[in-house]
Amino acid sequence: MASPITPDIAPTASTQSPTKPTLLSIRNVAKTFGRNAVLRNVSLEIAEGEFLTILGESGSGKTTLLRIVAGFESATSGELWMENERLDHQPPYRRRVNTVFQSYALFPHLTVEENVGYGLRVAKRPAAEIAQRVGEALDKVKMTAHAKSKPSKISGGQQQRVALARALVNRPRLLLLDEPLSALDANLRRQMQVELKSLQREVGIAFVFVTHDQEEAMVMSDRIALLRSGELEQVATPREIYSRPATAYVAQFIGHTNLLKGDARSGAVNCGSLTWSASIPNGPVLFSLRPEHVRLAGVGISCDAVVRIRGHVMHQAFHGATELLRVECAGGLVLVLRTATGAVPHNDVEIEFSPADAVLVRESPERN
Amino acid sequence: MFSRAYKTVVTVPPLLWVTVFLLVPYLLMFCYSFWSVSPSQVIVHSWNFDNYKELLQKPTYWQTLLRSMWIAARVTVFSLLLGYPLAYFLSFYAGKRKDLLYQLVIIPLWVSYLVRAYAWKTILGSDGVLNTLLQYVHLTKHPLDFLLYSPFAVVLTLTHIYTPFTILPIYAALEHIPRNLVEASNDLGATPAQTFWKVIFPLSIPGVVAGATFAFVLSLGDFLAPLLLGGPSGIMISNIVVSLFGAAYDWPLGAAISLGMLLIVVSLLFLSERLEKKWSFS
Repeated sequence: MASPITPDIAPTASTQSPTKPTLLSIRNVAKTFGRNAVLRNVSLEIAEGEFLTILGESGSGKTTLLRIVAGFESATSGELWMENERLDHQPPYRRRVNTVFQSYALFPHLTVEENVGYGLRVAKRPAAEIAQRVGEALDKVKMTAHAKSKPSKISGGQQQRVALARALVNRPRLLLLDEPLSALDANLRRQMQVELKSLQREVGIAFVFVTHDQEEAMVMSDRIALLRSGELEQVATPREIYSRPATAYVAQFIGHTNLLKGDARSGAVNCGSLTWSASIPNGPVLFSLRPEHVRLAGVGISCDAVVRIRGHVMHQAFHGATELLRVECAGGLVLVLRTATGAVPHNDVEIEFSPADAVLVRESPERN
Repeated sequence: MFSRAYKTVVTVPPLLWVTVFLLVPYLLMFCYSFWSVSPSQVIVHSWNFDNYKELLQKPTYWQTLLRSMWIAARVTVFSLLLGYPLAYFLSFYAGKRKDLLYQLVIIPLWVSYLVRAYAWKTILGSDGVLNTLLQYVHLTKHPLDFLLYSPFAVVLTLTHIYTPFTILPIYAALEHIPRNLVEASNDLGATPAQTFWKVIFPLSIPGVVAGATFAFVLSLGDFLAPLLLGGPSGIMISNIVVSLFGAAYDWPLGAAISLGMLLIVVSLLFLSERLEKKWSFS
């Protein structure tokens, strides 16, 4: 993580999704295992051709949600609709949904080629068509050379590609991917992120991608659905979820942030030793302020409407192109700020930020 | 890592055991099979192939051997047909009752073989439970006599006795199949039946082969069930060996038959090992 997380996907791709027709609609889905509520009232729409990431910590219910869509689990309540049909009433083998499993789940007794052709063979497609489509699919994931190998003879990254080809060859309406990159090492993983995204654009199939890695979610997705303890915290484009987090949890989960807790009273906000004017209703408030929006005073342009405070540097973390500074200010307030490497002259600094960059967020209530 | 003395202490007793109780007896049997018995019932240490010649020439021996193999083959097939569905149910659908049901499969193995064989005798006999019932409901007028003292009785009893030996390895093989393969198959559009035949069954073949080998080898060498329930038509090769070593006092011929059977069994074990290897992928 050498640089601040700034999604580099064209904004057009993300803003398009609401206008595209809805492919899958998840309506008020809840799931309990015994007395343990894993999903509560989840509603989510997935558009045709969209790359949607379900992001969450382990235990947030993201895999369960995916398994409900695939049909391996049934929801305790709620409905799934795909193009005016109830999806949750169909067994998994009738759903035009395919899954790429976390552990790939390749059939060990079949060759790569036979694995990829499995879906077409059980659908009793003509042999010539199977051969042709399997050939194309293997070509697409660059695995033609290993067509005759058994899965145990190829590497994890290659198994990953085969699993992808095996799912895509069936031309599903929707492809589900359950943390497919988590078993790969960091370099291969970054490479696969790019490949997977361009493959998705190429085939135009809607992807629902489950991950716990926020950076991965930012890089790949058209939209991110952030799940916390079985409830959706926010569903938005990567840019929006980063720059306009809805809750304190979202702000902290995605990238670094400073949470400023304070009070709003008659047009002014008080957060500890910081004060600025803002027209928001009176009451307790919570702001998220990204480290890159806090600057050393006097560095770069500075306009009038800034909040300025003195402090001293407690900790300095080198991140390549940038450094993260923890600055302790008057009144015990600690702010993290991001600066260009080598920009700190001495330990006592004056820092500033523009109140417009402080995003008002909701508190995230405790759930269990 | 371990001292020389330690290694010696650990390895010598089992080696001794195998030598004294396995290698030496087999070697003795091997020697016996080339000796002969004089008219005055003394074993003569003259080396010849007469016993093997007699085996091949007298139809009684190889016909009994063929019948034994035919009985063992039927026991194998029936044990698999009964054992596979049970093992499949245990592994995939038994849920919380899995452990209990597994114990129920094992418990019959604690009951003496003799008790189980005698139980079938009282069920199948002319005054037995089955015949009494059939007459009581007027399905037959006279007791059915093919039930007992027949190859049928032997196959039935051996199937009952050796089915657990097929269930256990099949169950173990089924338990080893990662469940996400079953999910992947469903996900790719395979119906439950297609999933069974294309994924579950092929991956359980090592267990099936092991179970079939157990059932076949154990029933091929069985002599109690044919002795108690077989009658003249249900005689198996081991009964001949028993009588040759006993009343007939022809140890050399008995040893020759035993070695022949050993050869069959060892080649079967070899074959089954090859098959299991071919079909295991982990």
